[in-house]
Amino acid sequence: MDLNNKIATRQSYGEALAILGEKNNDIIVLDADLSSATKTNIFAKKFPNRFFNIGIAEQDMLGTAAGLSTCGNIPYVSTFAVFAAGRAYDQIRNSICYPNLNVKICATHCGITVGEDGATHQMLEDLSLMRTLPNMTVMCTSDDTQTKWAIEEISKIKGPVYLRLCRLATPIIYDNNQKFEIGKGIQIGNGIDATVIATGVTVSEAIKAKESLKEKGIDIRVIDIHTIKPIDKDIIIKAAKETKKIITIEDHSIIGGLGSSVCEVLSEEYPTKVIRMGIKDTFGKSANALELMKYFKITSEDIENEIL
Amino acid sequence: MKITDIKELETKAKEVRRGIIDAVYSANSGHPGGALSCADILTVLYFNEMNINPNKPKDEDRDRFVLSKGHASPALYSVLAHRGYFEVNKLLTFRKIDSILQGHPDMKNVPGVDMTTGSLGQGLSTANGMALNAKLKNKNYRVYCLVGDGEIEEGQIWEAAMTSSHYKLDNLCLIVDNNNLQIDGTIDNVMSPYPIDKKFKSFGFEVINIDGNDIDEILKAFEVAKNIKGKPTVIIAKTVKGKGISYMENQVGWHGKAPNKEEYDMAVKELLI
Repeated sequence: MDLNNKIATRQSYGEALAILGEKNNDIIVLDADLSSATKTNIFAKKFPNRFFNIGIAEQDMLGTAAGLSTCGNIPYVSTFAVFAAGRAYDQIRNSICYPNLNVKICATHCGITVGEDGATHQMLEDLSLMRTLPNMTVMCTSDDTQTKWAIEEISKIKGPVYLRLCRLATPIIYDNNQKFEIGKGIQIGNGIDATVIATGVTVSEAIKAKESLKEKGIDIRVIDIHTIKPIDKDIIIKAAKETKKIITIEDHSIIGGLGSSVCEVLSEEYPTKVIRMGIKDTFGKSANALELMKYFKITSEDIENEIL
Repeated sequence: MKITDIKELETKAKEVRRGIIDAVYSANSGHPGGALSCADILTVLYFNEMNINPNKPKDEDRDRFVLSKGHASPALYSVLAHRGYFEVNKLLTFRKIDSILQGHPDMKNVPGVDMTTGSLGQGLSTANGMALNAKLKNKNYRVYCLVGDGEIEEGQIWEAAMTSSHYKLDNLCLIVDNNNLQIDGTIDNVMSPYPIDKKFKSFGFEVINIDGNDIDEILKAFEVAKNIKGKPTVIIAKTVKGKGISYMENQVGWHGKAPNKEEYDMAVKELLI
């Protein structure tokens, strides 16, 4: 992992989408007046005829995408996570998931790492809302390499996908030789002192904690869960069997997201105590993203403190 | 199978109404009032206006229909059955376990249903998506969408109306089933959307006002709509809720209630051809 080479997953998304547009004519893109922030403007510039700005009308945008998908198109729909999973929840439920339509919802600006815009724009409940929907695949990618893989890979799934993307630039974790598979977590290290299960922006924090702890003689493993649903049960159960402590960490409410998903797996398959790090049933607030990560205790230092 | 004779279409509409009553009576549940009000419009669409083939329900060049007021499903199911998409006796399985005929239309399981609906206000957006696809791929098919007059109290309808107009979807024809009743009373008492025609006009639609239970007027309105270029059309169809069954007409109580045996027999008598 190169700490100095940072890119936001929303940027990776925009770049990968424009490349995918060349390979696949069925890809069309919809945005709700946020294309410069979600980075769909890269696609829009390249393929103006396959880009539809629906204006500030997210419910209509999700419905329009549903209609377009019934005709064989693969719509990629973008807005901020709070306006997709939150405002347009019923449209996603009834017009997309129930009929199992091929719509890819790529929602940017998730979590408190949105920063200065504050609580109204910091979506902390989207993983929870989206993973309860039948037919929905739910993903949250952790770096540039993984995001670029995911953007193409989800076009090959027939059915709805919710992909959670981030505004904050984070380190590039993986090189191009890394193999990814939807529904399979990635184990980093074989340490047995603890397991930190992370997703999205918290994966690089977990890796930083792992490296720092190693110097202190503590060997942990990190699991990157990029697919929240269907979740990789095996990798979680194996970690519970092999390691002394299970910690989950996410830039999301501890209710309903990654932490809850891990608890569901372990309580049914291998009952284990789980420590859930994340946003503890509260709204976010305005500040710089890095300051907020410290405030809400989702940094590498917080992980270390939990383990030490 | 295209029917052009008005008398024949009126007879067909009666058969469709009989299917509605049979389905709702057999389920002992469902929404007869709003299904009966739009039965004439659906009959004209499926037996005259739309370019469709029941043997090829997924043909990519077919005309499409979105029943945004999904609770009028018995009307859609009945017209599809009578048009040959599935057997008419399937209507008797409406709302029963193991039936393809869910309470609200399910495109995954019912041949001929172009869009899943039920949560009000969502159909026009999906119809716009289908119409945009035709523009994108230079196809000539048309898209029809029927909304309820109470349904247009939903904000998403007006978001979608902006989209229809902004993208100049002249291949889209919206129909408002203006039966003037919603569950809690008359629409002007509950939450008035009037003047409906002026609202759509200001949103950029060509507006046609008709008697939505008059086959001749419906036929003519669709003919006019086809020739409007550069903007979408809305047909404001003044209808009677419960139309065709005397004791149900204009009675808000028949929005979502099934007839008992005696009422069913009366309805069947009134629908004799």
